[in-house]
Amino acid sequence: MIKETLDKIRPHFEKGGKLSALRSVFEGMETFLLVPATTSRSGCSIHDAIDSKRIMSFVVIALLPALLTGMYNIGYQNYAAAGAEGTFVEMFLYGLAVMMPKIVVSYLVGLGIEFFVAQKKNEEIQEGYLVSGLLIPMIVPVGCPLWMLALAVAFSVIFVKEIYGGTGMNIFNPALAARAFLFFAYPGKMSGESVWVADGKLFGLGNSLPDGFTMATPLGEAAAGQTVPMDFSFVSGLMPGSIGETSVVAIAIGAAILLWTRIASWKIMSSVFVGGALVGFLFNISGLETPTAQMPWYEHLMLGGFCFGAVFMATDPVTSARTEGGKYIYGFLIGALAIAIRVLNPGFPEGMMLAILFMNMFAPLIDYCFVQRNIGRRAKRAQTK
Amino acid sequence: MSKLFSKENRKVFTEPLNFNNPIVVQVLGICSALAVTSQLEPAIVMGLSVTVITAFAGVIISLIRKTIPTRIRIIIQLVVVATLVTIVSMVLKAFAYDVSVQLSVYVGLIITNCILMGRLEAFSMMNGPWESFLDGVGNGLGYAWILVVVGAARELLGAGTLLGFQIVPEVAYEAGYVNNGMMTMPAMALILVGVVIWVQRAVCGDKEK
Repeated sequence: MIKETLDKIRPHFEKGGKLSALRSVFEGMETFLLVPATTSRSGCSIHDAIDSKRIMSFVVIALLPALLTGMYNIGYQNYAAAGAEGTFVEMFLYGLAVMMPKIVVSYLVGLGIEFFVAQKKNEEIQEGYLVSGLLIPMIVPVGCPLWMLALAVAFSVIFVKEIYGGTGMNIFNPALAARAFLFFAYPGKMSGESVWVADGKLFGLGNSLPDGFTMATPLGEAAAGQTVPMDFSFVSGLMPGSIGETSVVAIAIGAAILLWTRIASWKIMSSVFVGGALVGFLFNISGLETPTAQMPWYEHLMLGGFCFGAVFMATDPVTSARTEGGKYIYGFLIGALAIAIRVLNPGFPEGMMLAILFMNMFAPLIDYCFVQRNIGRRAKRAQTK
Repeated sequence: MSKLFSKENRKVFTEPLNFNNPIVVQVLGICSALAVTSQLEPAIVMGLSVTVITAFAGVIISLIRKTIPTRIRIIIQLVVVATLVTIVSMVLKAFAYDVSVQLSVYVGLIITNCILMGRLEAFSMMNGPWESFLDGVGNGLGYAWILVVVGAARELLGAGTLLGFQIVPEVAYEAGYVNNGMMTMPAMALILVGVVIWVQRAVCGDKEK
């Protein structure tokens, strides 16, 4: 049925048709809804039986559990902070009402720029923003204003993606770059104690909080010098934090989907955790007295964006290392660096974002070393024969 | 008089402003462009200082170009530049102390500015004093206007002010506007210089092609 409608309106979008200015939009929608008969003509396509649009859709599906729990958590935190009673549905709907504008803004701005570029360069629309557009609202604190989100999205799509040549060519993960932009540009709205709980009434749901209400994340508390006791909420995700990153269970479901469909590399994912656990453990026995160093290594893995980053960010096929051996090193160093930043730099309660961006930069170097080593080994083998 | 402003001489002056700009086309002098542009005032002062130094270094080197032994020309150029830089630095300290504190070492580091050595080597060593003067002023101003553009953008977006005067109205802050802290960081200066290069090449065409 979709195909028939599309075929009927197609002539309008061909060259000379009255809507030819919207050609790229039409093509984008068509290929998104149906598997196209032709393969991608531009950019970097992933060489597999399923094309990159299908991969993106799977990642979006894998993100849904974390998104839904994140929405519920928004409502839960608001009701808990106000001390009000609320039913599950009320809390969830409140979270939905808070979250929806962020997602809409992210997609509108990001896809708007992508459509514009595609139209201007006369290329087909690149689908990469489908995932980034959902990731960006999920990795910012709930108190981040919409205009900042829009600015960060524009920055990330233009300066991190399009100038490198679009989807598949970028060195840095666009979603993390957007977060890094916000983090450095508006530190007051990205960390600290006043941004983690949604405020105000929406559609008759939720509660207005008293002015100056603050609530720190567990990692923020640890960086501020408090000891954080282990809590069941670390796993369930009912704690203050960036929207999508709090629930370990929901992220684990997403990870299972990604691994089962073989979209994400288990090598990267597991080595991130190994690296984080090892360095966390080393700090535990190192004798450093700060709360972040003394925090047990398994808590480090559960708190903050560690799981979310390991599952959805580090495994991004474009920006991670591509050689099989390189994936272990790449993942291991991300985990190790993330914990090291958390413990050693009290200015950054969370190190996952910087660790992944840093290793994004080194992924080509890691790949180069592995490729050279393979070349050397084969050359030696050829000589001995 | 007509010879002083001949077509060639005008070209010597105007080319570095745009088609052969030292920053956006030759990509020289980037370090100082990143370091001093977090506010507009030091950017303007820095641009003018470099203009004065390139202009007079050009004239002096051009006057003595025939007597400079080729093998030690670099050190002679450096002595001339260093002298001028010291003079400018002292003048700044005497008449604009606050700005000179803001610029800190970067006035002294004009000695190592690639634009200077580049122009002396490439132009003043083989052209007359008047042409060298025009070339120096042109290159200095070419450097200065990029600094002013970047400095204005960074101060306006990073602090909401221009030359210290509040530009962004108080109402905007009350409505939730926040200054962009990243603009005050050198990383953003690099991106802004990149944007200026992008715009310049989009408008004037890419010389490398």
